[in-house]
Amino acid sequence: MAIFLTKDSKVIVQGMTGATGMKHTKLMLGDGTNIVGGVNPRKAGTEVDFDGTAVPVFGSVAEAMEKTGADVTVVFVPPAFAKAAVVEAIDAGIGLAVVITEGIAVHDSAAFWAYAKSKGNKTRIIGPNCPGLITPGQSNAGIIPGDITKPGRIGLVSKSGTLTYQMMYELRDIGFSSAVGIGGDPVIGTTHIDALAAFEADPDTDLIVMIGEIGGDAEERAADFIKANVTKPVVGYVAGFTAPEGKTMGHAGAIVSGSSGTAQAKKEALEAAGVKVGKTPSETARLARAALAG
Amino acid sequence: MEKGRTRVDLFEYQARDLFAKHGVPVLAGEVIDTPEGARAATERLGGKSVVKAQVKVGGRGKAGGVKLAATPDEAVARATDILGMDIKGHTVHKVMIAETAPEILEEYYVSYLLDRTNRTFLAMASVAGGMDIEEVAATTPEKLAKVPVDANEGVSIEKAREIVAQAKFPAEVAEKVAEVMVTLWKTFVAEDALLVEVNPLAKVASGDVIALDGKVSLDENADFRQPEHEALEDKASANPLEAAAKAKGLNYVKLDGQVGIIGNGAGLVMSTLDVVAYAGENHGGVKPANFLDIGGGASAEVMANGLEIILGDPDVKSVFVNVFGGITACDEVAKGIVQALELLKNKGEDVTKPLVVRLDGNNAELGRKILSDANHPLVQRVDTMDGAADKAAELAAAK
Repeated sequence: MAIFLTKDSKVIVQGMTGATGMKHTKLMLGDGTNIVGGVNPRKAGTEVDFDGTAVPVFGSVAEAMEKTGADVTVVFVPPAFAKAAVVEAIDAGIGLAVVITEGIAVHDSAAFWAYAKSKGNKTRIIGPNCPGLITPGQSNAGIIPGDITKPGRIGLVSKSGTLTYQMMYELRDIGFSSAVGIGGDPVIGTTHIDALAAFEADPDTDLIVMIGEIGGDAEERAADFIKANVTKPVVGYVAGFTAPEGKTMGHAGAIVSGSSGTAQAKKEALEAAGVKVGKTPSETARLARAALAG
Repeated sequence: MEKGRTRVDLFEYQARDLFAKHGVPVLAGEVIDTPEGARAATERLGGKSVVKAQVKVGGRGKAGGVKLAATPDEAVARATDILGMDIKGHTVHKVMIAETAPEILEEYYVSYLLDRTNRTFLAMASVAGGMDIEEVAATTPEKLAKVPVDANEGVSIEKAREIVAQAKFPAEVAEKVAEVMVTLWKTFVAEDALLVEVNPLAKVASGDVIALDGKVSLDENADFRQPEHEALEDKASANPLEAAAKAKGLNYVKLDGQVGIIGNGAGLVMSTLDVVAYAGENHGGVKPANFLDIGGGASAEVMANGLEIILGDPDVKSVFVNVFGGITACDEVAKGIVQALELLKNKGEDVTKPLVVRLDGNNAELGRKILSDANHPLVQRVDTMDGAADKAAELAAAK
């Protein structure tokens, strides 16, 4: 078991034939991901060879699903075309769309989220501006390096890509059930709460590590959710204590204004919900080890 | 106001221009940057004007940054007073010469923005305008209507009437405010704004409603379809290091400490700032000097560009390069460090600031070997993030 992605997931890649799509499709195949196709209307009917594995290119997400039974799409389409790509995936009714693309305009991500909602949220969206998710030893949908760690019993959910890698590295000897990078944009599909609920229900996850950062109130709401619904131990980390007010630190979502959304407020909310919060990534890893040791 | 990469806050006069472009009622006005310019501008307005400081901070009226001028001469005098004035740390470089408002009977508030929590756009409207809206929200929340707006459905006149009804606007202005809600929504969408705010929206003696002051923040991620937006950025008052970094495509924010920071990924770099600040508590209170994210898959050249910016900051006493290679290859980072130091040496610059480098992840062993082989006297490797932060703080404190 794992969350959202398993060895049985059939994955397609929107934007596979671009430079980034090619590079990461090759890496995902190397991690054992069952990639059944790519999507590019201009190259439909062709095949792309990845070190001896021929991956067919389809004209649309719907066609790829019909011909392969795909249930996951990974989106590498450039920002200007990302909204259309995600809307296409929603229209096709695919179960999971992992949107890696960075730099999507907020009006576009708000529009595809509203669209997914109007269609009854049949398509789970992860991202945008995220590293995707990995179930080590089974499947990798995105750009998380597959060789940092091994299968294990920690579930990880994080707003930040590199902090996801850092934490997987710190706890590499224990291993992970799944690690999900949800992205730090102002509008994201899958939230901390969605991942916490899934890890709580996953019999192969014993401990949850949750990484947040300044901006918004997602961590505060996650704290409320943990208090009410999560029985497994949760260890947390929040980045951005020294980020000055009113400045954007790369993620559009990390805008601090006033006291709400600060790292301190998030840490306090999590601690009030019984979550042990580390001061640094390494200390957080030590807390996770201690929690697992009981 | 300094800013990061994706959000561009506009001056009042720029907001006014965008409102006018999309049909939001505004008063005439133009921006000038010399006192003498106030004369011609005031003459064009019929001989009297309001001289308004253009700063991206609230409370300029109380600070003396908004003055009436009854004649063109007086406008020159007021502009002379206001230009160069310091308002809460912001120097006034421009003033707007605006038409004087007709008699104001009431002041309202209207805006559109993103509601992150509910992942939808939000209309906010209040009859208690003219004051700080955060205060209204805190003290009399019942006076602030918040109405979700679906990104795909938008704001029709019917939707606008619903917003106006929820905010309990007086019947005699309701339809006029609803029309403003429609044109303001057009501004929000057409300009790819993250915020459009009118405060105050004034009801004047004629019965009309007019946007007297406003704020607009734009989304830089939409620049690919907003070619006119680049010209709206305030390059003149940007920090020179931030401007230089931006010209090289680097995501850099200047801070007030002594340890220069370079890392990959916004989350890891923010975390690095925190870890350095904690370490600094044991080393005379040194703090991070900047935020610099070289991003995913950075080449040696990007690394070298980043290092050059940081070493050019006179406040920096030591540098901490903290990279976890996911997509980024650590050997590229190491090559970039070696290249940057050589480049600066060839330029005749005397680099004396010590560098602490921590590399983990993709090709970390290769990267570490490149640094060991180069054996540069200023570069030292520490292979844990907390340990490296402590070393960088110690070196900054010793300088």
